[in-house]
Amino acid sequence: MSLAGSGLVLAVAVASLACLAVLALPARFRPAAAGAGAALAGAGGLVSGIAMLSGRTFTVALPGALPLSGLEFTAGRLSGYFVAVTGAVAIPAGVYAIGYARHAGTSRSACVFLPLFAVSMLLVPVSATAATLLLCWELMALTSLLLVLAEHRRRPEVAEAGRWYAVMTHLGFACILAGLMLTGGGSLAAGRHLSPALAGTVFVLALIGFGSKAGAVPLHAWLPRAHPEAPSHVSALMSAAMVNMGVYGIVRTGFGLLGGGARWWWLLVMLLGVVSSLYGILQAAVSSDLKRLLGYSTTENMGLVLTGVGAAGLFEDSGHRMLAGLALAAALLHVAGHAAFKTLLFLSAGSAAQRAGTRDLDALGGLRAGMPATTAAFGWGALAASALPPGTAFVSEWLLVQALIHGLRSGGTIGAVVLPAAVAAVALTAGLAVATFVKAFGTGFLARPRSDGAARATEAPASMLAGMGLAAAACALLALLPGIVLPALARAAGVAAGPAVTGLVTLRLSGAAGELSPLLLTLALLAVMMAAAGCLRALPGRRARRAARLWDCGSGPLTARMEYTATSFAEPLQRVFDDVLAPETDIDVTHLDEARYLVTAVQYRRMVPDRIEHRLYRPVLAAVRAWGTAGRRLAPGSVHRYLGYGFCAVTVLLIVLAVTR
Amino acid sequence: MLKLWRKIRAHGRVAEPPVPGRRGPLAAGLRGSVQIRHVDAGSCGGCEVEVGTAFGPVYDAERYGARMVASPRHADALLVTGVVTRNMAGPLRRTYDAVPAPRLVVAVGDCARDCGMLAGAYGVSGAVRDVLPVNAEIPGCPPRPEDIVAAIREMTGR
Amino acid sequence: MSRLGIAGGVIQVLVVTGGAPVLTGVMRQVRARLEGRAGPGLRQPWSDLRKLLRKEPVTPAGTGELFRVAPLVLLATTVVVAGVSPFVTTASAIGPAADLFAVVALLAMGTATLALAAIDTGTAFGGMGASREMTIMALVEPTLLMSVFALSVRAGSTNLSAIVTAVVRDPARVASPAGLLAAVALILVTIAETGRLPVDNPATHLELTMVHEAMILEYAGPDLAVVELASSMRLTVFLGLLVTLFVPWGIAVTAAPLALAAGTAAFAAKVTICGAALAAGEVFMAKLRLFRVPELLGGSFLLALLAVAASVFLGAA
Repeated sequence: MSLAGSGLVLAVAVASLACLAVLALPARFRPAAAGAGAALAGAGGLVSGIAMLSGRTFTVALPGALPLSGLEFTAGRLSGYFVAVTGAVAIPAGVYAIGYARHAGTSRSACVFLPLFAVSMLLVPVSATAATLLLCWELMALTSLLLVLAEHRRRPEVAEAGRWYAVMTHLGFACILAGLMLTGGGSLAAGRHLSPALAGTVFVLALIGFGSKAGAVPLHAWLPRAHPEAPSHVSALMSAAMVNMGVYGIVRTGFGLLGGGARWWWLLVMLLGVVSSLYGILQAAVSSDLKRLLGYSTTENMGLVLTGVGAAGLFEDSGHRMLAGLALAAALLHVAGHAAFKTLLFLSAGSAAQRAGTRDLDALGGLRAGMPATTAAFGWGALAASALPPGTAFVSEWLLVQALIHGLRSGGTIGAVVLPAAVAAVALTAGLAVATFVKAFGTGFLARPRSDGAARATEAPASMLAGMGLAAAACALLALLPGIVLPALARAAGVAAGPAVTGLVTLRLSGAAGELSPLLLTLALLAVMMAAAGCLRALPGRRARRAARLWDCGSGPLTARMEYTATSFAEPLQRVFDDVLAPETDIDVTHLDEARYLVTAVQYRRMVPDRIEHRLYRPVLAAVRAWGTAGRRLAPGSVHRYLGYGFCAVTVLLIVLAVTR
Repeated sequence: MLKLWRKIRAHGRVAEPPVPGRRGPLAAGLRGSVQIRHVDAGSCGGCEVEVGTAFGPVYDAERYGARMVASPRHADALLVTGVVTRNMAGPLRRTYDAVPAPRLVVAVGDCARDCGMLAGAYGVSGAVRDVLPVNAEIPGCPPRPEDIVAAIREMTGR
Repeated sequence: MSRLGIAGGVIQVLVVTGGAPVLTGVMRQVRARLEGRAGPGLRQPWSDLRKLLRKEPVTPAGTGELFRVAPLVLLATTVVVAGVSPFVTTASAIGPAADLFAVVALLAMGTATLALAAIDTGTAFGGMGASREMTIMALVEPTLLMSVFALSVRAGSTNLSAIVTAVVRDPARVASPAGLLAAVALILVTIAETGRLPVDNPATHLELTMVHEAMILEYAGPDLAVVELASSMRLTVFLGLLVTLFVPWGIAVTAAPLALAAGTAAFAAKVTICGAALAAGEVFMAKLRLFRVPELLGGSFLLALLAVAASVFLGAA
C-alpha cells in the first residue's frame, strides 16, 4: 500500500489504540492518551494527505464491513487536500487537549471520543461510495455530539446546545442521504448522467445538508450554540476541520459528481455565501461572548469560501477555466488559512476562558499581565483573521477579490450585477472583521481586568501553549509564504489546465494581471519600524522615559468599571445595523415606595437575538409542534383503533400489490 | 455658504499688528512652539473670555507658535485661571504631573496670582503658587488680551 | 524593481516625510487666512515636531508593549505606502506590493493598531475613540474597494502602476462618468479615513466629539511626534493617491533627473492644491453628528457602485 494509504491506516490504528488506552488507564493518564492519540492520528492524516496531493493513490475495499454495500475508500487530490488540512488541525488540538482535559477534569467519554472524532473526519473525504460517506459522516456527527456534551453535568446550557446540534446535523444527514439516493448509484465517482431537474434537486439537497454542516445561513443555528459549550479543543476541531467537510461535500457534489451543472446552482451558492459572511460577521461584531463570537466568525469565513466556490462554478459554466481555477484556489486557500487561525483563536480563547473562569468579554480584560503567551497567541490569531497584512486571511481574500474583479466581464449580464455586489459584501465583511477582532483582542486581553477571575488568571500549562504555538506557526507560514501550498491547491482544484497562481515569494496570477508579495510587504514594514526605532534612540537631547499615572482628567483613580466594554465598543455598529440585528431592550425601573418620582434602581438589559432564528426557526418549530399535537389525535390509546390501523394497512398494501403486478 | 463667503471677502484680515512682547524665551527647549493646556481652577469666567479673545482673530496668539491642546500630555505649558479651590487642588497637581518635561505654569489674572478679591474665602485653598511652581504671572482682573499675548510671546520667543 | 522604481521610491519617502508637516502648515494657514487671522506660518508643524522630539516620553501606568509599538507601526505602514505607490514615477519601488488592495489594507492596519493601543490605555476616551474609528473604517471599506474596482476595470488590473500608466496613456477616460463618480467617492473616503470635517474635527477639544484625537490622548513627547507625523503623512498619502489615480500629469516615465524633478514638483504642487482646497472647504462645514456619518458613507458607497456599473455598461462601448 502506498504512503497515502498507510498514513490513514496508521491514523485509524493509533486512534483505536488511544481509545482502548483511555478506557483502560486510570483517570490521571486519560487526557494524555486521548490528546496524544488525536495528535498522532492527525500527523498520520497530514502525511497521507500530502502524499495524496503528490499523486499517490490507494484503494481500500471492505465488502463485509457494512451489509449490502460494504465500505470503500479511495484517494483523490481534492480529498487529499481536505485530509491534510484536517490532520494539520488535529495535531495542535490534540497536543492542547493533553493539558486542557487534565485541568478541566473532563469525563472518560470526552477523552475516548476525541481520537475517534479526528479519525472520522479524516475518513470522510476519502470515502468512495455513498454508504461509506454516510457512515463516516454519521460517525463524525455522533462523536462530535458526545464531545459537545462533555460538560453537561456542570452547565445546563450544554444540554440545549447538544439538542440543537443533534437535530440539525441529523436533518442535514437526511438531506444528504436523500440526495445521494436520488443519484441512483452507490459510487461517488464522476460522470453521472441525470436529467437537469433531478440533478438540480440532488444539488439543492446536497447544498442543504453540506451547507448546514458548513454553517451557512440560514442553517447555521447550531454553530453559535454548540461551539461555545464544547471544550476548546473540540470547538477548534469542529470549527476548523468539521465545517470544511461541508465545503468538501458541496465542491465534490457540484463539480465532481454532477459535473458542473446549471448556472443557477452556483448563483445560489454565491448568494448563500454572501449572506452567511455578512450575517455571520455582523453577529460576531455585536457578540460579547468570546467563543460565540468565534463561532459566528466561522460562519463568516465559510460564507467567503462559498462565495469563492460559487464564483468558480459561475466561471466554469461560462467557460473561463483559468478564472474558475483562481476562484477555487482562493476558496481552498481560505479553507486552509481559516483552519489555521481558527484553531489558534479557539485554543487561546479557551485557555483564557478556562483560567479566568468566564467567557464573557465584558468580564475579561487585563490578561496581558498574567497570561502573556496566550495574549500574544490570540493577538496573532486576531491579526490573521482580520484581512490585514501580514495576516493569513489577507492573502486569500486578495485572491478572492482578484477572481471576482477579473471575472466581471466573464459572467454575462448576471455576472455584471452579481460580482460587484459580491465584492461589496466581501469588503464590508473585511471591514467588520477588523472591528470585531480589534474588539475581541482589545477588550478581552488588553487594558485592565474587569472581574476578579480575570485578575487572578495565570498562564496555561506547557502543553496548551505548545498547541497554540503549532497553530501560530501554521498561520505564519500561510501568511508569509502561501506559495508553498499553492501547487497543492492547483492540483486539488483540478478545474483549470495549469495553476492559477504561481510563485513562492511573489504570488502571480496566470491569465490575468496581478501580483502580491506578503513576505516583501512584511519585511519592508519591519525594516522601517526598526529604522524608525533606531532614529528615535539616536536622537540628540532625548530624555529618559517616565512612568506616569493615567490621564483621568485629574479626579479619582479609574476603576475597571470605567473601561469600555465589548458591548459599548460594538454599540455604534449595532446602531448602524439596527434593522438587521433588531436588539431587544429591557428597562426595569424600581421606584421608591413613598414617591414615584424617586428611583432606587434601574436595570438595563439588551439582547441581540439571532434574527434569522426568530423569523425562520420559530414558525417551523411551531408548525411541527402543531402537527405533532394534531397527530396525537390518531393515537387515543384504544387498542381497537390500533388493530384497525394494522388491518387497513395490510389490506391497502395487498390491493396495491395486486393492482401493480 | 455664499453669505459666509461674502462675509470673509468683506472683512479680510482682522488680526491686528503684533503686540510688543517681552523678549527672551522662558524655556530654551520650547523655542518657537508652545502647546498650552488651560485649567480653570476656580475662576469666575472672566479670564477665560480674555484668553479666548487672545486666541481669537483680533489678537491671534497662534501666530507666535502657541496652540491650545486638549490633553496635558500634549502640552508644554499650563495656563491656570482662577483661585485654587479646595476641590481643584488635587486635580491641578495631577494635571501638572501629567505634563511631560520641560513644562511651564502661567498664572493668569489676580485670583491665580494672589487670590485677588477671594483671599480668605472658605472654599479657597490658595493661589496657584501655593500648589504649583509658577513660571510667569499675568496681572489684571481680568488681564488685557495684550498682556496675555505678551506672556505667550515670552514663552515662545517669537 | 527597476531603477525608475527605486529612484521614485526613495524620492517619495523623503518628499512625503518632509513635506507632510508642510502640507499641514499650508492647510492651517489657509484656514487661518480665511478666518481673518494671521496664522502661525508654514514652518510651524515642523517646529512642533522638533520640540516634541526633545520632550520627555511618558508611559502611562497599566499600558504594555502594544502602546509603545503602535506609533512605530502606524509610521511604518504610512512610509511603506508612500514608498511603493507610484506618486513621482509610474514604476514602483516594490512592484508586488503596489497593489491597491494591499495599500488600502496597510493603511487600515495602521489605524487598527492605533485603536488597539487606545483600548490598551484602559480609559473611557481611548475605548470611545477606538470604537468610533473602527465603525467608520468598517463602513468606509465597501466604498473604497468598489472605487478600486471601478478604476481597475479600465486598466485590467488592481496594480497601482498599471492603473496610473493606463490613465497617463489615455487621459480622456478620467472625464468619463465612471471616473468622475469614482473620484467623488474617493474624496469622501479620504475625508473619512483621515478624520477631516465633516466626519471628524481634528482641532476639537471636546472629547465626546473626538474620533482620532481620543485615541492619542495618552501619547507624549517622541511618541506623539511619531503619531502626528504619521497622521499628516497619511493625509498626504491619501491626497497623493487621489491626484495620482485621477490627475497623473507630470509624472515621470523615465529615470532622467529632469523627469524625476518634474514629477516631484508636479506631485508636490498637486497635493498642495488639493490640501488647500480641502482646508478651504472645511471653513464652510460643520462636523456631522456621529450617527449621521453612516448616511454620508452610504451615499458615497452608492456613488462607487454607480461608478462600477458605469464602467461596465458604459465602458463596454
